[in-house]
Amino acid sequence: MNEQKRVVISVLGLDRKGIIARVSNALYNNDANILDISQTIVSGYFTMILVADISSEECSFDALSNELAALSEEMGVQIRVQRSEIFESMYRI
Amino acid sequence: MVTTSEILSTLRMIDKQKLDVRTVTMGISLFGCASDSDERLCAKVYDRITHMAGRLVKVGEEIERDFGVPIVNKRISVTPAALISGGMKDPVRLAHALDNAAKQTGVNFIGGYSALVHKGMTQADQALIRSLPQALSETERLCGSVNIGSTKAGINMDAVRMMGQAVKQLAENTKDSGGFGCAKLVVFANAVEDNPFMAGAFHGPGEGDSAINVGVSGPGVVKSALEAVKGMPFDEVAETIKKTAFSITRVGQLVAMEAAQRLGVPFGIVDLSLAPTPAVGDSVAQILEEMGLEVCGTHGTTAALALLNDAVKKGGVMASSHVGGLSGAFIPVSEDIGMIRAAESGALTLDKLEAMTCVCSVGLDMIAVPGDTSAETISAIIADEAAIGMVNSKTVAVRLIPAPGRKVGDNVEFGGLFGRAPVIAVHPFSSKEFIARGGRIPAPLQSLKN
Repeated sequence: MNEQKRVVISVLGLDRKGIIARVSNALYNNDANILDISQTIVSGYFTMILVADISSEECSFDALSNELAALSEEMGVQIRVQRSEIFESMYRI
Repeated sequence: MVTTSEILSTLRMIDKQKLDVRTVTMGISLFGCASDSDERLCAKVYDRITHMAGRLVKVGEEIERDFGVPIVNKRISVTPAALISGGMKDPVRLAHALDNAAKQTGVNFIGGYSALVHKGMTQADQALIRSLPQALSETERLCGSVNIGSTKAGINMDAVRMMGQAVKQLAENTKDSGGFGCAKLVVFANAVEDNPFMAGAFHGPGEGDSAINVGVSGPGVVKSALEAVKGMPFDEVAETIKKTAFSITRVGQLVAMEAAQRLGVPFGIVDLSLAPTPAVGDSVAQILEEMGLEVCGTHGTTAALALLNDAVKKGGVMASSHVGGLSGAFIPVSEDIGMIRAAESGALTLDKLEAMTCVCSVGLDMIAVPGDTSAETISAIIADEAAIGMVNSKTVAVRLIPAPGRKVGDNVEFGGLFGRAPVIAVHPFSSKEFIARGGRIPAPLQSLKN
């Protein structure tokens, strides 16, 4: 059994239709499993933080990252994919 | 699980406050390359470095992408060249081999054209020191350093004299770029063997075959954190800096472990330094000003810096399994927008900078002085700084640029991370006879301290 590999996907930008749909679709295409999702809109700015499991053999960090980068360009919102260890190490001992 | 606000806080640190890993530096031992033929030695050095560090830049970029945190520099440090150049007719050939290896691997700097002469100089050390002006002006990515003193050995004043001349000649050789060659040469006392930062990095003789050493950064993150405790007592200031330094250092530790694992090289140390860049919001001077000083360099600056330096270490030590290198706040004048402004306004003088180096890492760094400053005066400035390091058992360094043709009030533009240096005044009185004496200043007592 593989150790769970998690990524944090953050989406920031002006709110528009279909952001969640498109991002979750990209995750589905890459066989990533969504573990947690939180989303807020503050004065028109959309902020979504999504944690996904990418341990599946079908899932490649690079492929997912490239697809989301293309989506970021297309939708005009900032989308970032980062391995979750960076956040865990900064705030947890 | 990490909370949303913690994730957003990290993203803010990276985007707005310029959190980054300043350097991933691979240390490589060159002892195995020694040879009785200059040609074979240079070929072995080139092959070893390009073999060991061939993937360094690529792996650095992969880690950057995976964690979404910038790694500004990928660099190499090697065994001090004078330890393997003993049989060479001309060490400059080795300088070119090192420079070519750096270009081939794609790193932006390679450090270790160095000599350790704190007690005495071998013929190889002397040849290397004499070759510094030529070697560092003919190469692009090579950095050199010379350790001229230590707490245990005292100060080698013959070497101090030679280094004043080397700095002066190197400035002359690179006068078309404002004496930029001098930015690649550091004079140390109590040099450390595992420093990842340039220009003073070398892979010390006490190190293993190779190591990954990482330098963290983040003055902007510390300054932003301090904005939240405006007007509060210093206890709060120190606590805030410690917590911030902890988070920053954890990023460095994570990157270091990951790089070591991916490259198959042992993890060495994380260097807990606050290294500024000329970018707005990435300044150590502005942290000191945030503590309530009108401008860096005014009365109170040394105390503010002492607090900052100590809190950074206290916060960082627990965040990393091995801490080393220079570890402390850097105050390179040309590389810090707040320091540049302070020097231009006249608030920050050479004498104040010298006082500040008593309480922080590392020394008189990236300071432009008038082009007509004599070699003896440069040597005397080196001797003063070395004395501070020797007596206080700390690493100190001098990286001065006697900018050819420039005078006080002029500016020297280096560009990129090296920034812009306002030329600041040195004392006009002579130290010639002092430097002419040579010999050694004896090692100081380590007890009866008052």
